[in-house]
Amino acid sequence: MSDFSTWDILRNLLLAARWTVVLSLVSFIGGGLLGTLLLFMRIGKVSAARAFARYYVELFQGTPLLMQLFLAFFGLGLFGVDVPAWLAAGLALVCWSAAFLMEIWRGCVDAVAKGQWEASASLGMGYLQQMRHIILPQAIRIAVPPTVGFSVQVVKGTALTSIIGFVELSKAGTIVTNATFQPFTVYGFVALIYFALCWPLSKSAQVLERKLNVAHRNH
Amino acid sequence: MSLIEITEVRKAFGDNEVLKGINLDVQPGEVIAIIGKSGSGKSTLLRCINGLETINAGSIAVAGAQLLPDELHLRALRLKVGMIFQQFNLFPHLTVGGNVMVSQTVVKKTGKAEAETMARKMLDRVGLGHKFDAYPDELSGGQQQRVAIARALAMEPIALLCDEITSALDPELVQEVLAVVRELAAEGMTLIMVTHEMKFARDVCSRVVFMHQGRVHEIGPPEEVFSNPQTAELKQFLGML
Amino acid sequence: MAYHFDFSWIPDYSGVILKGLAITVELTVVGGLVGLTLGTFCAWGRALGPNWLKPIVGAYVELIRNTPFMIQLFFIFFGLPSIGVHMNELLAANIAMVINLGAYSAEIIRAGIQATPRGQFEAGASLAMSPIQTFRHVILFPSLQRIWPALSSQVIIVMLGSAVVSQIAAEDLTFASNFIQSRTFRAFEAYLLTTVVYLALAVLLRAAMRGIGVIIFPRRRRA
Ligand SMILES: Nc1ncnc2c1ncn2[C@@H]1O[C@H](COP(=O)(O)OP(=O)(O)OP(=O)(O)O)[C@@H](O)[C@H]1O
Ligand SMILES: [Mg+2]
Repeated sequence: MSDFSTWDILRNLLLAARWTVVLSLVSFIGGGLLGTLLLFMRIGKVSAARAFARYYVELFQGTPLLMQLFLAFFGLGLFGVDVPAWLAAGLALVCWSAAFLMEIWRGCVDAVAKGQWEASASLGMGYLQQMRHIILPQAIRIAVPPTVGFSVQVVKGTALTSIIGFVELSKAGTIVTNATFQPFTVYGFVALIYFALCWPLSKSAQVLERKLNVAHRNH
Repeated sequence: MSLIEITEVRKAFGDNEVLKGINLDVQPGEVIAIIGKSGSGKSTLLRCINGLETINAGSIAVAGAQLLPDELHLRALRLKVGMIFQQFNLFPHLTVGGNVMVSQTVVKKTGKAEAETMARKMLDRVGLGHKFDAYPDELSGGQQQRVAIARALAMEPIALLCDEITSALDPELVQEVLAVVRELAAEGMTLIMVTHEMKFARDVCSRVVFMHQGRVHEIGPPEEVFSNPQTAELKQFLGML
Repeated sequence: MAYHFDFSWIPDYSGVILKGLAITVELTVVGGLVGLTLGTFCAWGRALGPNWLKPIVGAYVELIRNTPFMIQLFFIFFGLPSIGVHMNELLAANIAMVINLGAYSAEIIRAGIQATPRGQFEAGASLAMSPIQTFRHVILFPSLQRIWPALSSQVIIVMLGSAVVSQIAAEDLTFASNFIQSRTFRAFEAYLLTTVVYLALAVLLRAAMRGIGVIIFPRRRRA
């Protein structure tokens, strides 16, 4: 089957990489929304909600993403006969991303100086007003670099969905390998494509971080 | 009637009792200086008056209304009593004007135009009208502290609490802030200030409170407290021993 | 429709599970020890090393941090044999773990080194220590202490990530659950049990890392 040219290999991989991108976007955006919800539970004043958010993070950060994918896949299977891989993949990745994003953002809220809470309280603001006008605007600024940085983990995380049968870049790598018997070339290319997706994100996270630090030093 | 009535106030952090029964009545228009060694509980007392710490026993009343630790009462209290911090605590994401406007629009629901007029007026009062659009990190420490004062004044409080508001400033910037406070005092604002500026306390204050180990150890008009201290602790504090 | 959970297979497969657990622990311990050593060396190389070493370490760190662990593993296990480098699954898994943790910990430790006050380097030099001696005796331990929590989290992430070594048939905990589900057709229960074991491992590992931290950084307050 060596009538596969290098270009054929690359073309097939690039086509499959679209699904890596789509799944990454869905997971990141969905995880962001769920993570926001969890964040408000975690930093809010209802203790049951706080506890829930805390255990949620413990659970999703304390177990392998691969297991979460398996459980989503076979767990959903308990309800219906046929679970499409993309559904289980999307669900697990959204829940997993939400846990990490929530933790990152909580750190950012905590990083806002205590004096900001006190100053706004002394001006008569209530909890929600403090959050809305004083704390969150500052937290969001410092949250940007680590959030961009985490998107790299999401892209890499999507590779695991190949194991439950979602056809994206990694799965395509395995399929093409089986057809060409050129694992060195194929996985080399797969790695390079991931690198091309992830490195710009890593780099921008770094640059943003540096900019933020410079801005902070101007105080 | 006293404007601020502090009665037998106790406050402990864990088993460290920091305020051990404080009594203090402040009349409208009085300027009170609180002095004392580090750790004597000066900041804690001010923070209790502003509801930033909840007291364990005793009572605090402002203009006849009791200070209670629920959000509604706290808010009512904080509308009457403003606070200025040692570290300024300006909001770095807002302009100078935004800093002075935000609590008016958010807490008092003042209209934007009205809030801006008030903000400009207060900034002019502290001599910083021209900095309306600057960000806090573009200002010197003295300027930042004056903005913090304008921010508190914009809420039209009946009293201001100042906790070592010049301690974080370079020496050459202290006077510009004190000048603003002096003017406020002259206009009849009720002030309670923790300070290490003894000369300022002597010139401006109506009474001086010397705190020692969580108690009001001596209290009286500045001439008396500074020239004729009664206790060994105050003498030592003033460097007379 | 109510689903009937069935865990009655556990006694029959406890041996399989324990063996898988042992492999996962082995991967984590070896990966942790060798990986952190490699990471320390790379951190030194990137922060303080000779100029020719910096770009090499930089390329390694960036390459590993920006590609999935699974692809690194596949490349080592499936790709390298075609250029004549053969190894069994377990060795491939161990190497992949070391390389992966090495790159991540290098970045973390480097941040710790770069947070060292300048005066520490100067103090070392003024005591006539060579740069290497200064690094070894003055800089390294406070740096590690500074970033120990982040390093601990990374070790846990790598431990959890090791689940994919089952994909090259290294017989770890996940491999055990795959095996069990193929025999019992109780996939959900098999993975649920394994997930709980991983969770317990993560909790224990966090405690262990904290304990190690207490032992190797005895009450030294950082400057
Ligand atoms: N949030 C807190 N938790 C625990 N202890 C506290 C807290 N705030 C203050 N204390 C303790 O209360 C005591 C009094 O502190 P306070 O800040 O009121 O002193 P101070 O008179 O303002 O001193 P300084 O001149 O240094 O500002 C100190 O022993 C301090 O350690
Ligand atoms: Mg104080």
